[in-house]
Amino acid sequence: MMQGLLNWIDARFPLTKVWNEHLAEYYAPKNFNFWYFFGSLALLVLVIQIVSGIFLTMHYKPDETMAYLSVEYIMRDVPGGWFIRYMHSTGASAFFIVIYLHMFRGLIYGSYKGPRELVWLIGMAIYLALMAEAFMGYLLPWGNMSYWGAQVIINLFNTVPVIGADLSTWIRGDYVIADATLNRLFALHVAALPLVLVGLVFVHIVALHVVGSNNPDGVEIKKLKDENGIPLDGIPFHPYYTVKDIVGVGVFLLAFFAIIFFAPEMGGYFLEHANFEPANALKTPEHIAPVWYFTPFYTVLRAVTITPFAGTLAMFGAIVLLFLLPWIDRNPIKSWRYRNKAHTINILLFAVCFLVLGYLGVKPVIPVLKELGTRMTEIYFLFFVVLWIHSKPGKANYFMWFIILAAVVFGIDWVRYNPEATDDAVQIAWQWVFPIGYLALTLLLPKVLKSFNAEKIVPERVTS
Amino acid sequence: MENSEVDKGRRRFLIAATSVVGAVGTVAMAAPFLNSWNPSERAKAAGAPVEVNLNKIQEGQLVRVIWRKKPIWIVNRTKKMLEDLPGNDNLLRDPASEVATQQPAYAQNPLRTREGKEKYLVLIGICTHLGCSPTFRPELAPPDLGSDWKGGWYCPCHGSRFDLAGRVFKNVPAPTNLVVPVYSFKDENTIIVGLDENGEAV
Repeated sequence: MMQGLLNWIDARFPLTKVWNEHLAEYYAPKNFNFWYFFGSLALLVLVIQIVSGIFLTMHYKPDETMAYLSVEYIMRDVPGGWFIRYMHSTGASAFFIVIYLHMFRGLIYGSYKGPRELVWLIGMAIYLALMAEAFMGYLLPWGNMSYWGAQVIINLFNTVPVIGADLSTWIRGDYVIADATLNRLFALHVAALPLVLVGLVFVHIVALHVVGSNNPDGVEIKKLKDENGIPLDGIPFHPYYTVKDIVGVGVFLLAFFAIIFFAPEMGGYFLEHANFEPANALKTPEHIAPVWYFTPFYTVLRAVTITPFAGTLAMFGAIVLLFLLPWIDRNPIKSWRYRNKAHTINILLFAVCFLVLGYLGVKPVIPVLKELGTRMTEIYFLFFVVLWIHSKPGKANYFMWFIILAAVVFGIDWVRYNPEATDDAVQIAWQWVFPIGYLALTLLLPKVLKSFNAEKIVPERVTS
Repeated sequence: MENSEVDKGRRRFLIAATSVVGAVGTVAMAAPFLNSWNPSERAKAAGAPVEVNLNKIQEGQLVRVIWRKKPIWIVNRTKKMLEDLPGNDNLLRDPASEVATQQPAYAQNPLRTREGKEKYLVLIGICTHLGCSPTFRPELAPPDLGSDWKGGWYCPCHGSRFDLAGRVFKNVPAPTNLVVPVYSFKDENTIIVGLDENGEAV
């Protein structure tokens, strides 16, 4: 009976074929570890956001006079409305936690390298679309932080020379953030960008299934196959990894609902306190900070102060550089397990630097933190240069590069140093140790100690 | 038909021509959608100039009106206030209003007003730092602002200070003077914010 139905469908739609190609006979490396949970978790969060979002739309009103009250209405009067809304707001932060871990996995195991460049590029496009989606969603509650946060972000376009003022007016549809802005960002948030996101995720998975998954050893499992053409180190995605992923889903949901029930505002990081009062065009919140997932880039924006446009460029440049990773890192070894130790140090310091940038973005600008933001921004950009140098550890002239990059750091200090601005000068005078220390650890260390520059042989087969 | 040879040149030309026309049509199709994002007629009307009757403003008084959803301050400065202003010059970042973006050319002078109407100061009441609306403090030397204070505005958010011409003091977070909007006098007793001889503000 069921077989008959399946045959009837298969004659009209490739159901069994799709099932086999992407699940039952899709062979994934057998050595996936902890880091391989986050792709499927991202998919889960996408579904949570779409479902909870659709139900929020049924009660929310995208109108400047009603938006704030309609969110309060959802929170107080709609049966279970608070639960759906907290799912959506916590889901936004969960999405970025999962995506950042997913991206870090790609970074340490070299998953962005050939033949997976397109998987990486499409993934970065998803990340960009997600940031736009999150920003637009943040305006919708029409709280005071929504309002002024959007004001600051849209004013970034104001810094573009010549067309800036017209461009930001065009984006807002008014001379200030207004009803028109709220209405159009609502349309983009609930219709346009979700379509784009779902489309990109589909393409991301299609591209992945053509080239096959990378793994912690960075070994191409398709090179060695048995007589049936099945990779020796591959196991079918279903049931092996579907079951593994369900364990991850269970753990994730425990944490997710614990946050929803016990700490939905997460101390002001998931939902900012200033957003619990309605948008007020005549009163700015005391301290403007974006939500945590934007703060690393916000710190870059604040650190580059030559001109406002330079700050905007640096912020977007920090994201654009990530797109270029496959061509910056030309080392044929994928996984950090077999690269030299200096590369491992480089990636770990980059991760620390990213976390510090994120922390600084929610803090007010006092001289010591302002300078620390500048130094971490320097390390953020230096990372890509060092990564490029580490591409060929055998031939790299580490000492020369150390001198050149240190000279760049001190050159920038020389321009910035102004003894009359005492507080800033004191900070510049000692915080140079951060970028120089970073360069010493990643460039001088492998020069001095050969063991930090030695690469290991990549095995034929995956380990363990 | 089956014997006739394929004219490849003709085929290529037709493909190219169709593609070009199609591409132009697609681009043209984007125009109405992009244009729909410009401020609507209603938004433009709400951004229309605002008229204020100056008879209502007593000497030393500040009046707030809303223009384009921003607070606009109009101050009728006393003779004493105007005489005190030059005394601030050494404490200011930009005493001569040299930053051109902060006022129209006709207000680019120490008093930051139109010639002949020096007593009336018109400002957008938004701090140039992070957009708070500063507090009007016209009194002389209040205890919290120090003995040098000759009247002006104090921003409660981050402590920026401005004098009674909206000029910013040194060593405060705000980088520039408060903005003087485009304005003009319709007659002796009526001021129009948002309109001058060059037309409406953009």
